[in-house]
Amino acid sequence: MIRNWKSIAPLLLAATALALVSPAMAQTPPNILVVGQIAEPASLDPHVSTAANDFRIAVNIYDGLVRNTPGTLEIEPALATDWTISEDGLEYTFNLREGVTFHDGTPFNAEAVKFNFDRMLDENHPFASTGPFPLAFFFSSVESVDVVDDLTVKFTLNEPFAPFMSNLASPTGLIVSPAAVEQYGADYGRHPVGTGPFKFEEWQSNTSVVASRNDAYWGGAPPLEAVIFRPITDANTRVAEMLSGGIDVLLETPPDNVAQFRDDANYQVVEAVGPHVWYVMLNAKDGPFADVRVRQAVNYAVNKESLVNDVLQGTAEVSAGPIPPAFNWAYNEEVAPYPYDPEKAKELLAAAGAEGATLTFLVTEGGSGMLDPVPMGTAIQADLAAVGLNVEIKTYEWNTFLSEVNPGLEGKGDMAEMAWMTSDPDTLPFLTLRTAAWPAEGGFNSSYYSNPEVDELLDHARLSTDPEERGALYKQVQAITHEDAPWLFVANWKQNAVITSAVGDFELQPDFSLVLRDVTKQ
Amino acid sequence: MPAYIGKRLLAAIPVILGLSIIVFLVMKLIPGDPAQALLGSYATPENVARINRALGLDRSWPEQYVIWIGNLLQGDFGRSYILNRPVLDEVLERFGATLILAGASLVICSVLGILAGIVSAVRQFGWTDRIVTFFVLIGISMPAFFLGLVFILFFAVQWKLLPASGMYAVYGGGDLPDLLRHLILPAGTLAIVATGVVARLTRAAMLEVLRQDFIRTARAKGLSENKVIYRHAFRAALVSIIPVLGIQAGFVLGGAVYIETVFQWPGLGQMLVKAVSTRDLLLVQGGVLVAATVYVLVNLLADVAQAMLDPRLKA
Repeated sequence: MIRNWKSIAPLLLAATALALVSPAMAQTPPNILVVGQIAEPASLDPHVSTAANDFRIAVNIYDGLVRNTPGTLEIEPALATDWTISEDGLEYTFNLREGVTFHDGTPFNAEAVKFNFDRMLDENHPFASTGPFPLAFFFSSVESVDVVDDLTVKFTLNEPFAPFMSNLASPTGLIVSPAAVEQYGADYGRHPVGTGPFKFEEWQSNTSVVASRNDAYWGGAPPLEAVIFRPITDANTRVAEMLSGGIDVLLETPPDNVAQFRDDANYQVVEAVGPHVWYVMLNAKDGPFADVRVRQAVNYAVNKESLVNDVLQGTAEVSAGPIPPAFNWAYNEEVAPYPYDPEKAKELLAAAGAEGATLTFLVTEGGSGMLDPVPMGTAIQADLAAVGLNVEIKTYEWNTFLSEVNPGLEGKGDMAEMAWMTSDPDTLPFLTLRTAAWPAEGGFNSSYYSNPEVDELLDHARLSTDPEERGALYKQVQAITHEDAPWLFVANWKQNAVITSAVGDFELQPDFSLVLRDVTKQ
Repeated sequence: MPAYIGKRLLAAIPVILGLSIIVFLVMKLIPGDPAQALLGSYATPENVARINRALGLDRSWPEQYVIWIGNLLQGDFGRSYILNRPVLDEVLERFGATLILAGASLVICSVLGILAGIVSAVRQFGWTDRIVTFFVLIGISMPAFFLGLVFILFFAVQWKLLPASGMYAVYGGGDLPDLLRHLILPAGTLAIVATGVVARLTRAAMLEVLRQDFIRTARAKGLSENKVIYRHAFRAALVSIIPVLGIQAGFVLGGAVYIETVFQWPGLGQMLVKAVSTRDLLLVQGGVLVAATVYVLVNLLADVAQAMLDPRLKA
């Protein structure tokens, strides 16, 4: 037996040595971009997915009827070349781009568009079972989609709905190949077929998703030959993989590592503000936060500058209200964030008779858009302790957290962390601040905020098709909610990515997608 | 011997069945549900209810359990809710990766551990013994995930000798040298702790045997020292070393959970961590069941090997 080992040992050593000596770290080849993603995608069916992680791949495989102009949140044509909106705001007619085919050869036409939306919206559609479609409510005002002719499609809404175009430009509006859905059924999410600049090649579970150049792309073939998305869930490992040359693009750099890359000439840190809000919901129904003075007091008591600069290392900006500045046309510049003023907070607490109150604070361990939720939670706890509020933190894993918080805070806590990223200024306030959005009504207003004036402004804003009028309405919403303080307004995230010096023309988009069609790599 | 193996296999059935019930119950008792994970932040109570109905999660627990076991007996592990693919496909694919990692670590820890143990037993209290004991102690006391990060820091980031994560290079990879390159750091990390344990127990077993009469007899017969140690003493010591290797096999399978996370190794451990956090019930149940079955089989194998070496145990 021992004799065998003696002969195996050198073999093992030789194999090890071979592995060590042979060209150790092949650098990533030119024209092939390797992106270090934060997780394995759940699905590459853009109608099924809800995660920014999946959308970063999807926007490169698919096109929508319209899209956001790079670097902005303005709408530009994509698969639709132009469109008309009826006077009453109920009919949207799109002229479609001619000669476009899906990667599987299926022609893109009005029928295909109809198929896409019927699949999401009509429960009796033959492929409705290939869902669920969690974000289909983006299009819930669509009454019907009609084929006018091969290259003209008409959407009829049951009420005017201003966010319609921005929602069409969101990843949920991307157009999938009907033939591929018919072919793969429930497996479609692993066999995505679109019209985009890159064609899906393969998905090796937990190793990579590969997409190659679509030479026939209607907008001109992209410079990159292929893109490889690698899931690397552990943030430290993702950083190590970047430093060791295994990836070219690092997404969602941990705040502690940003400075290290910024100081290194081999790398470049790319940043972009996005429509993101990080806030703490305050239970306005019962407990100390039923008094608006206590809600305002916590907004004065928390040092948000220190939160974004020290805890988040400058990867976010202080937020002033429920509408992020990325929607510049709807953002109210005149509403300034609550300043850090512990004395003022103490006065308000004294006036409300809430000194020394004990509060329960629901905190998540991590989750989509939640940044660094535990350190942020404890920093808030410390600031509130300084003004005499006794905050008790309860932490939950993300999915558990959502199932605790989404049905409403009553009976569970006084405050809870939350973050949203949206495609339109309407989405977040409409789903979280209206009286009709209380959890019992099926909305996400878990803090039971209610102000009839805000309700009316929001209802009005989504009916108006005049952007200027809409913008003015959202600015009023911003001012009122700032005063009412249903939330502790904390931060707007600046998303970041690190690229190597070989990568060119790389830009992060305000809508959090990762558009790679113009990116180059030496 | 076949009767012994048969008896042990039969005894494994209730163990696995009991385990299936425990896993099922634990997944039911932890808060949060798959519909929530599937719908993300946008889960309204209505939508959650609708999806639970579609997934059959609105039925009673016993009903759900019976349906699951019934399907299982027909070889149907169900479909992962979150990944939307057959559980069996996912589990087998992941299990292959885990077997490579755990197998390599087991080989490393057995070879190194046994050699180190023998050397330090034969030269008890000599300098080799001291050096071996020193490293064994470090190996045993260092948490593997920490060691993994240290290895990544030096071998991947500083010296750029080995890849930091993954199982194959994502381009132009996929051959054996590529796999070996990716395997060295995770398998080495996982093996280090286990090596310490094997070395210590081998040393103790060898010392025990070396004191016995038949060794004195062998020496008296004039056999060479090598023959005495490797042919006679080691063979006898193997009886107590093999069950340790069986336990270590279980240890590396379990240790793979965090090593796979640190090194992004696409194995079962990493899958289970993710599946638990997304409440992917069928995937967790399927994964645990397969892992447990293999664990039971490995231990059975170790017991059989031990019984073959030591006739006294056969009864």
